[in-house]
Amino acid sequence: MKAPAFAYVKPASLPEAFELLQHPNAKILAGGQSLIPSLNMRLSSPELLVDITGLPGLSEIKVLNGFVRIGTLVTHTRIEQSPEIKKHIPLLAQAVPHIAHAAIRNRGTIGGSLALADPAAEYPACAVALEAVFILKNKTTERRVKAEQFFKGLFETDLKPGEILTAAEFPVAGKSDRSVFLELTRRQGDYAIIGLAVHNSNFVYFGAGSMPVVAKNASSKKTLKEAKAALAKDLNPPADLYHSSATKLHLAGVLLERAWNMLTT
Amino acid sequence: MEHAYDITLTVNGTTVSRRVPARLHLVDFLREDLELTGSHAGCEHGVCGACTVRVNGEIVRGCLMLAVQANGCRVDTIEGLSDSKELAGLQKAFHQKNALQCGFCTPGMLMAAQDLLLKGKKVSREEIRTHISGNYCRCTGYQAIVDAIEEVVNGKG
Repeated sequence: MKAPAFAYVKPASLPEAFELLQHPNAKILAGGQSLIPSLNMRLSSPELLVDITGLPGLSEIKVLNGFVRIGTLVTHTRIEQSPEIKKHIPLLAQAVPHIAHAAIRNRGTIGGSLALADPAAEYPACAVALEAVFILKNKTTERRVKAEQFFKGLFETDLKPGEILTAAEFPVAGKSDRSVFLELTRRQGDYAIIGLAVHNSNFVYFGAGSMPVVAKNASSKKTLKEAKAALAKDLNPPADLYHSSATKLHLAGVLLERAWNMLTT
Repeated sequence: MEHAYDITLTVNGTTVSRRVPARLHLVDFLREDLELTGSHAGCEHGVCGACTVRVNGEIVRGCLMLAVQANGCRVDTIEGLSDSKELAGLQKAFHQKNALQCGFCTPGMLMAAQDLLLKGKKVSREEIRTHISGNYCRCTGYQAIVDAIEEVVNGKG
């Protein structure tokens, strides 16, 4: 299908972007790899698209003291190719190849993925597992929100009208930190049936609920058997077209076992 | 608010300027305005890969980028890459291995395959399948496509 009509503006500065976002039916356009399909399918009909890809200072990967700051406009491909991310945020480096396909990774951005908060997306679960912090700016102020508090529900986040997620900060992994990323799909690059992002004792599932789900009960157990048994307390995954809730819960156990074995050997 | 915009971009080496509505996506712009109908509009939500084109040297979904976003960009389509003979090896292999039937997916498939070829390293069949996972073919069952790409990328035959 074809997108409905809308106006388009590409501001050159953040103040200009904030001004444009005052429009009551404006939407932010970054890589557009989720927004444009939803426009083409007429699931979304904004009156104004504010293209933020021309804004300066939002496309950098910076290694700072103890954390890596990734600008909102950094594409999946750049994350995939970044030696800094491979070294300092191995979980993210493991996750990126699972995101869609090369042609989509070339345009899709980390900020777009986090701000959309698709429950089957890879980055939100990684951000929760890594205890990332997001930087949200509006016209007058800047605030910092922990990933776990940012995701509020199905496609729902803590972003307020007029705010832009400008960067995400991930702690640098230490020598003894362990990360595992696992995802089950029907076809390479498809949305996850279910997936698991693990960083040390944080076990975070995606495709398992309306937002990233922290398996607190399972991860507190001493043995794999106890952990698998406790998963039912953590997860109540919604069925999709092909997989029942029970199937997904079973697959969550399969991923838990794989991750557990990888972490303990 | 204004809904049409003037854009100037380079398509297959030629500078073009047009006035386009904001909602027009790149592949419709190429097909309808420039009559470059080699890039195909399939699903129009980024799943099938038939609209794959190159923007500033990187493959993208032509249906997931607005024409207005391509302002100032360098766009290469199947027509340009075919005329420049950049795809000659792949085209020959696709022909010889019977890697197409109806041909709808072929332009996108060739763009994706060439992207892999440009990385300049030997790849396994599994890696080829991963790289073309974003391109649907409903005729061949992929086997012959993987055969053709493998032959060119790994320099066999």
